[in-house]
Amino acid sequence: MAETAEKEQKKYTAKDFQSDQDVRWCPGCGDYSILAQAQRVFPDIGVEKKDIVWVSGIGCSSRFPYYMDTYGLHGIHGRAPIIASGVKMARPDLSVWVATGDGDLLSIGGNHFIHACRRNIDIKILLFNNQIYGLTKGQYSPTSEFGKITKSTPWGSIDYPFNPVALALGAECTFVARTIDRDPKHLQTMIKAASEHTGTAFIEIYQNCNVFNDGAFFHLTEKGKKENNVVVLEHGKPLIFGADNDKGIRLEGFTPKVVDISNGEFSRDDLLVHNENNKDDVLAYIFSRMTYDPDLPTPIGVFRKINKPTYDSEMQKQIHTSIEKRGKGDLDELFNKGETWVVK
Amino acid sequence: MDNNNSTQDKKTLTLEDVVIHFAGDSGDGMQLTGSQFTTSSAIAGNDLNTFPDFPAEIRAPAGTTYGVSGFQIHFGSRKIHTPGDTSDVLVAMNPAALRVNLKHLRDGGTIIVNNQGFTPKNLKLAGYEKNPLDDDSLSNYQIHRVDISKLTANALEDLNLGSKIVDRCKNFFALGLMYWMYNRPIEPTLSWIKVKFKNKPELIEANTRALKAGLHYGDITEIFTTRYEVRPAKLTPGAYRNITGNTALALGLVAAAQKSDLELFLGAYPITPASDVLHELSQFKNFNVKTFQAEDEIAAVSAAIGASYAGGLGITATSGPGMALKMEAIGLAVMIELPLVIANIQRGGPSTGLPTKTEQADLFQAMFGRNSEAPLCVLAASTPNDCFIMAYEAVRIAVKYMTPVILLSDGYIANGAEPWRIPKASDLEKIDIKFPTNPENFLPYKRDEKTLARPWAIPGTPNMQHRVGGLEKEDKTGNISYDADNHQKMVDYRTEKIERIANDIPDAVVHGDIEGELLVVGWGSTHGAITSAIERLRLNGKSVSHVHLRYLNPLPKNLGEIMYNFKNILVPELNKGQLSTILRSKYLVPAIGYNKVQGLPFKAAELENKIEEILRG
Repeated sequence: MAETAEKEQKKYTAKDFQSDQDVRWCPGCGDYSILAQAQRVFPDIGVEKKDIVWVSGIGCSSRFPYYMDTYGLHGIHGRAPIIASGVKMARPDLSVWVATGDGDLLSIGGNHFIHACRRNIDIKILLFNNQIYGLTKGQYSPTSEFGKITKSTPWGSIDYPFNPVALALGAECTFVARTIDRDPKHLQTMIKAASEHTGTAFIEIYQNCNVFNDGAFFHLTEKGKKENNVVVLEHGKPLIFGADNDKGIRLEGFTPKVVDISNGEFSRDDLLVHNENNKDDVLAYIFSRMTYDPDLPTPIGVFRKINKPTYDSEMQKQIHTSIEKRGKGDLDELFNKGETWVVK
Repeated sequence: MDNNNSTQDKKTLTLEDVVIHFAGDSGDGMQLTGSQFTTSSAIAGNDLNTFPDFPAEIRAPAGTTYGVSGFQIHFGSRKIHTPGDTSDVLVAMNPAALRVNLKHLRDGGTIIVNNQGFTPKNLKLAGYEKNPLDDDSLSNYQIHRVDISKLTANALEDLNLGSKIVDRCKNFFALGLMYWMYNRPIEPTLSWIKVKFKNKPELIEANTRALKAGLHYGDITEIFTTRYEVRPAKLTPGAYRNITGNTALALGLVAAAQKSDLELFLGAYPITPASDVLHELSQFKNFNVKTFQAEDEIAAVSAAIGASYAGGLGITATSGPGMALKMEAIGLAVMIELPLVIANIQRGGPSTGLPTKTEQADLFQAMFGRNSEAPLCVLAASTPNDCFIMAYEAVRIAVKYMTPVILLSDGYIANGAEPWRIPKASDLEKIDIKFPTNPENFLPYKRDEKTLARPWAIPGTPNMQHRVGGLEKEDKTGNISYDADNHQKMVDYRTEKIERIANDIPDAVVHGDIEGELLVVGWGSTHGAITSAIERLRLNGKSVSHVHLRYLNPLPKNLGEIMYNFKNILVPELNKGQLSTILRSKYLVPAIGYNKVQGLPFKAAELENKIEEILRG
């Protein structure tokens, strides 16, 4: 069976994952890139189309399942992670993916998100974070910056934003990554890495909404800016960035600092080396906190990737153990449990 | 032991039926006492019906009236439909228990009190200025003052147990005494004690002694001169066990899952009085039953929808406030036309309301609680036994019509128990499931001509990848469509699909004559009280009949015809008139409501009075 799957999936191309539906996002939307990269990566994840389910909630990003030629369930606002969990619990053999946005996952669906993470249920969550409500036409979202002026906050938002990576780490998510819509190669790598993880995988994807929040991530995506503002986390490698790879991140106490490694004062050996498998979360958390610090670059890449038993496999295990111990359930035996008596 | 006063000196009277109410502090073990008496009575061959009545607080302050926990059992040699309007015997472990339950004791009834419970402190907590046992305020009743605590302590004296442990055995003394008084077998309780305390031999000894001490006390004391016999009832031959509504409901779901070869998936969030469904089902893992305690009510139903989408049997169980939270997701299940069973074990409301008390006020919510036109099937179980049958029906309809089904039960039948004639698994009708596998001409919303159900194509099926969702669907393809005519068509389809279920359910059955002065139309847990009232009225020659509805949406096809043959239609409900409103609007009949919302079931006598009042004109 596995062999057949292997053979069949090798035939897939990106085109095989395109459904017959017209894509209805605004021209220029970052969602197009995410869709394209997913369609490019999926032929390589080793799963047959018939065994893939995309689940979504409500919002622009949540139209995603309609455009993937896999099984798909477009759910209700905020509930994608838990609907997906239901799919996975019922059918652990399926590869289950969630497409969601910052309002969907972190506002109305925040509860389901953190509980999916803590359970380590084997679903992959792609957060399309554009820091705005797009489908309702431009209100601030739970990841919008403090003071943001929008239709619903003419005097500026007085909500502090969530840091999605820090939230996922705090909720014990076993795979946490960040990437950007305008970095297709990196985005593909992250999707592939998530597909290889067993357990809850969370990818925050910075996604440009060119209608309601255009340029929110330009400092991380545009030439001449991104070099100094983005640091790529790579397992086993020191944190180096800058146009000429001339800068690095060093830890002073618990505080990350940018140092120059071109003038001889510091060398690569002085820099933090990333270990994504670190069970101790402290470094991953410190990296996550660099996000909103104007003096530090924003990390992208895999923050954390650790293994522990998944909820769905534990659930399956209890069923197997129960059958082993008690034998396959017998209805007549069940009905006759406890005190019984016979009326003649 | 001095055996001079033996049983032979005492007379035995035969009774047709008896109602006993056990009452004490929530920590006094009254539920346990009641359920033991129930088992023993069932084994003695009686028909019976029970009603536990306990506070929402787990251990309310001792001695208070709001901390009183009660258990009423009605057993007899005839068919028993209700736990009894009033009790014949009240066993009160303290003054609060006496005060709360005295109003439900019949005139001339028997009171057995634990003397040691009537301390000045407890009397004050119960609001008695002086001890009612000492004055003539209880002269209408036969009072037996028994040193229950003291006699229990005496019996356990040489066991060197702490006073707390000793005190906790007093309920078994009371139980033993009642066993003596009603000639019940004690063996079931003795074996229960052995299993329950199998790792605590000292507790086996203590409880056994307390039980026997109570039994012997009845024998030797002079204060009890009479014991009673209640002969076996004429029940349909077969094997029986006692069952509560919640257990029956859980078993019905497992049975239906087995008979349909589906894996049952229950998503649930703990809520009174529905949690027992989760507790029960979580034990059945070797039946491939998956139970998931979700982070909230919405998650519970959403996970069940995910499971159904993937080809499982998605179930959720809750009560009113949980239903309110689940409604948007249930609307999704209506839209994506997936099987889903939602069991609502109703309780008093609105809001948090009366968690441990019963009510039938969620019918409108079940019928109309979703945004827009979102019809679904609504069923209601009428007795603890019926919970099994209707749970099975809910599954059958959900998978056949690809629809959510709301199954209404309530706290009264969920916790109430009665003998259950154990079915044979092989006698249960098989439920056929067909997951389509032929991709040729497959369309996710191409409907079955007869049922209008769409195909249940599940992930894992090659070349049938498709998408469903909450946006309006295009007919047949299931693609997103905002087309005006298509929306009309799809709303009409969803409506008609539910209406067509009426072709697939039994006709309503009239108990009594098919025409006459008055027809009582009931639903749900009022079945017992209505049946008792109608039986008595008909014995007295009154022209009354009874229809009890278990299918509320759609209604049985013959219901209108039945109702048109009666001059008066009375609809008793534990709400402000929900079914009566539906019947009036659908059939234009002059249905009169008889409504009570006290968190308590109807008494048969209340219904009799109301019916007689209407018959007098």
